[in-house]
Amino acid sequence: MEDAITVRDLVVDRGRRRVLHGIGCTVPRGSVTGLLGPSGSGKTTLMRAVVGVQVIDSGTVTVLGRPAGATELRRRVGYLTQAPSVYADLTVRENARYFAALQGRHAADADRAVADVGLADAATQLVGTLSGGQRSRASLACALVGEPELVILDEPTVGQDPVLRADLWARFHEMAAAGTTLLVSSHVMDEAARCDRLLLIREGRLVADDTPDAVRERTGVDDLEEAFLRLIRSSEAGRGGAAGEEAP
Amino acid sequence: MNPRILAATTGRILRQLRHDKRTVALLVVVPTVLLTLVYYMYADQPTAPGKPSAFDRIALIMLGFFPFIVMFLVTSIAMLRERTTGTLERLLTTPLGKLDLLFGYGIAFGLAGVVQSTIAAAVAYWLFGMETAGSAGLVILIAAVNAVLAVALGLFCSAFARTEFQAVQFMPVVVAPQLLLCGLFVPRGQMAGWLQAVSDALPLSYSVEALQEVGAHTEPTGTMWRDVAIVAGAAVVALVLAAATLRRRSG
Repeated sequence: MEDAITVRDLVVDRGRRRVLHGIGCTVPRGSVTGLLGPSGSGKTTLMRAVVGVQVIDSGTVTVLGRPAGATELRRRVGYLTQAPSVYADLTVRENARYFAALQGRHAADADRAVADVGLADAATQLVGTLSGGQRSRASLACALVGEPELVILDEPTVGQDPVLRADLWARFHEMAAAGTTLLVSSHVMDEAARCDRLLLIREGRLVADDTPDAVRERTGVDDLEEAFLRLIRSSEAGRGGAAGEEAP
Repeated sequence: MNPRILAATTGRILRQLRHDKRTVALLVVVPTVLLTLVYYMYADQPTAPGKPSAFDRIALIMLGFFPFIVMFLVTSIAMLRERTTGTLERLLTTPLGKLDLLFGYGIAFGLAGVVQSTIAAAVAYWLFGMETAGSAGLVILIAAVNAVLAVALGLFCSAFARTEFQAVQFMPVVVAPQLLLCGLFVPRGQMAGWLQAVSDALPLSYSVEALQEVGAHTEPTGTMWRDVAIVAGAAVVALVLAAATLRRRSG
């Protein structure tokens, strides 16, 4: 089966700064792929390119067999932005029902999406009165309400308590088991172990594209944080020459 | 455009307004307070025989300006919020079309403008005895077209503001010249030629003329319909310009 996302030689400049330096990677269908990297490494830019809202300078991004940003993808791809983008002056339920209506779904689908992120009790509260973690879950409910085939989640678990975080990851794996593809970014390495595949990005370059086990095996350490450190060091050593490109 | 998405968007914008009870109260109360002020300002002024009283003349034009000023402000702030909180970017990744969003705002705040001008007109006619030769319905129709024009200009201008401070500064830029040159202070025919030319290019000059036609004639006149059509046309142009400021991809 073809991959859900195929990125080839993707170059993105923002202003005069090059944010992505020729990224190439694939995301298999029906899996949870983690996009890991420190803040400012280009995770959000890569996700925006996949959703089709980022102006790109060169390269191609193919999503579900179509060029990223194609009109028909708008009902097949769900996007959670890093800052919660929901209406603060509407209730959780009103937000979810609005985004449900945009996707041609019904009020009942919206209410289920709200319950799935653990906000059933806060459904009638204005989003502006919620805590940061609740607000980002309200935003997540709006991204998932259309049951998209591909879900792009930019740091969905930031600020969530550990129990909720575990619940959300369990939910992501349920969705993947049902055939949904998820690309989930995080800057905390302990979430890497929860993913089926990992993309490690640093300073706009891909350092690793593999399964957690393969990364551990290649670096000979069990701890993924330590493994990434070794990968980064060896890629920097490799990049010391004139080539300017790393081999992941 | 998709009727289901348009309806959902219009409903969403009205629901946001409904949650903001203070704004709703201000929309209703402020025109009434200002009309009261104007009524008492001119209460003792003599009226030339055969001419409308100063209050009638000014209140009629105020009924056109209220929805224009208020809906321009409300829309430019609302749209700026969509841009700065990321909801606009998110909306543009969904099946929503640009026109669904723009017409959603036009319908929702156009309706709010109709409600506001209906209440203000009721106060002017019943409480303060304003008289117009033509029907009150035409006054409200013109106010509604003004509200839609204001929404369209607000949607467009919000693209040039990065903060709410900047957005509110567009209000005097857009409103003041139109208010000064619309013929309320100096009849348009008595202005210098170049001022007349500027006045001719400003859409509210036509809505003021349309209101004056309603004030002076029992039946709707051809001039009034032409003026209403010009204001509506200006609203369409502003909506097209606003659509051009909505980009699905950004840097």
